[in-house]
Amino acid sequence: MSATTATIEQPRGGPADRIGSFARDNAWTLGLLGFLAVLLGFTKFANPNYGLDSLQGTATSVLPLALAAVAQAVVVISGGIDLSISSQMALTSCIAATLMKGYPGEGVAVGIVILVLLIGVVLGAVNGALVVLTKVPDIVVTLSTFFIWAGFALLVRPAPGGAAADWLKGLVVGGLGIDWLPKAAILLIVLVALIWIPLSRSRLGLSLYAIGSNPLAAFRSGVAVNRTKFLAYVITGFVAAFAGLSLTASTGIGTPVPEPTYVLISIAAVVLGGVSLAGGIGGVFGPIVAVVVLQLIRDDMTFMHVDPNYGLVAQGLILIGVLMVGSLIQQRRSRA
Amino acid sequence: MTAATSTVGRNRWLSASTWRNLLRDYPLVPLTILLVLLVVLADILQPGLVNPGWVTSAVRQAAVLGILAGCQTLTMLTGGIDLSVGFVASMAGFVTATFVHQPGGWPMGIAVSLGAAALAGLVSGIGVGIFRVHPLIVTLGMGLVVFGFANVWQLQSVQTGSGVPIEIRTIGSGTLGALPNDLLVFVPVAIVLLLLLKRTGYGRMLYAIGDNPIAARLSGVRSWQVLVVLYALSGVLAGIAGLVQSGLSNTASVTLVQPYLLPSVAAAVIGGTSILGGRGGYSGTIVGALILTVLASVLSIVLPEPWRQVVFGSIVVLVAATYARLTAES
Repeated sequence: MSATTATIEQPRGGPADRIGSFARDNAWTLGLLGFLAVLLGFTKFANPNYGLDSLQGTATSVLPLALAAVAQAVVVISGGIDLSISSQMALTSCIAATLMKGYPGEGVAVGIVILVLLIGVVLGAVNGALVVLTKVPDIVVTLSTFFIWAGFALLVRPAPGGAAADWLKGLVVGGLGIDWLPKAAILLIVLVALIWIPLSRSRLGLSLYAIGSNPLAAFRSGVAVNRTKFLAYVITGFVAAFAGLSLTASTGIGTPVPEPTYVLISIAAVVLGGVSLAGGIGGVFGPIVAVVVLQLIRDDMTFMHVDPNYGLVAQGLILIGVLMVGSLIQQRRSRA
Repeated sequence: MTAATSTVGRNRWLSASTWRNLLRDYPLVPLTILLVLLVVLADILQPGLVNPGWVTSAVRQAAVLGILAGCQTLTMLTGGIDLSVGFVASMAGFVTATFVHQPGGWPMGIAVSLGAAALAGLVSGIGVGIFRVHPLIVTLGMGLVVFGFANVWQLQSVQTGSGVPIEIRTIGSGTLGALPNDLLVFVPVAIVLLLLLKRTGYGRMLYAIGDNPIAARLSGVRSWQVLVVLYALSGVLAGIAGLVQSGLSNTASVTLVQPYLLPSVAAAVIGGTSILGGRGGYSGTIVGALILTVLASVLSIVLPEPWRQVVFGSIVVLVAATYARLTAES
């Protein structure tokens, strides 16, 4: 609510504004990276056994969440939200695991991966079409499709099971050549580089920011608002399918029941990563760093023999606390 | 002359826009018709299903859902939402159950759990009202915090043992004559909420803030005070719903009420409350909760669980889309 008024009060668009906000956004991500470095140092201190192989474990466990955060970031930047991401992941993961069990073969698996990605695109397209055509608020639409995708996931796979192709597992587990280079991290970087970087430099990317920032202004500047909004959900579905595949790859099976904390953490990471929930501000690198930070905080608590449940408490408090401070700064700034 | 007026009158009654206005202004009418149709459908699909026992169990589930949907209705009227209700409600039921063998017994348990629920809501309210953070995020974070603490509490109370107190079970699953005891909780809650929204200045302020926050501020509404009280109230309501649900199912777990989170939002939306704020009311929500409960019951007759979820989600979108159409063309 306040964020919306703030965007309206300070119109952006002038080159100076844009450079200013660009610097600020990057300052946020850089600050997060600094915090991550401190946290890694602390992790080594808290658990002297935390070595390079542990780094690989962290990377593998973070990958599905990081991709979910990227998927969420795209739609949030366009001014929407997708609460169905975790059940999209469950559905795509189940389809992949079931097909790979039914049609074994390393070559066939390539076709299955492509098929699953296409299904992700379809799921996103349904979400997007419903949001655009029915004009029902995105929260309600994606809350409902959450049920629908989860139901389909149970139809595909009534119980956890299935299989994953060896090369798919090989993509996310272990290190690449040298020990300290986790494959999962490389894969994440490659995927983001292939999807986000071209997107953010394209016309469509600019339109995403435009409709998120101010839909009316975007419309008047000739942006096809509805089409862009639709495409934002399609991209989110596509990336969520990657997240689902990475779940199958890291666990070797498909689980039909969506992990309840995934949606929460994807939104938390997006917001902590400097993306404004009101839309139009931020990128995907901040959210990825935020996911790693959130995961490391929980890991550290385990190392320090603190009840891991305090990890949830800490994640929630960090989320609220950081935003309160951020909002306070924003209010001060807009008042000055 | 008379003939002419009567024709005009008939045309007006037949015209689509009149119906549209009727549906928009009195959403309770179509909703109640939908509810009755669903009940009839249930009886056709499984003759003899609709009997006093079925009604009692439907009312019981709708009572829990109705109270939780009350949290969503109140917060949605201001343009917010409360995503912490599932965890807060589960926590309340669970914490009360752990007090059963403790000094103070169940009254102490209820006091502590509702106190904790109010505190969680209060913190959310401070985040939303004073720090102006988006309610979605604040209540999401608060949900994680409450869930985490509930888990910690669970580990610490393993030794002492726990059980749903008999008094709570009586409320949740006993009957008074033909009526389920849940109504002893639900009816007062419903009356308070209905009066709060329709007859008090506080209720009008909720609508005002949701309709136009700037206009509300300029007319002298201290939004932050209204919001802090609102989310604390929502926390207490969620706590009460958790107590009723733990009595109904005779179980207490830290995730007991979590499955009700999405239906609680859906019940408010189906009942005609706009998630964008300023429009709706609790009477629609009550019917919405009944509709969802009966719908779940009907679907459980004809469909296996996975398809039930699919159809459930589709119907929520469909009803919400109908509302969006009706209200957009005014």
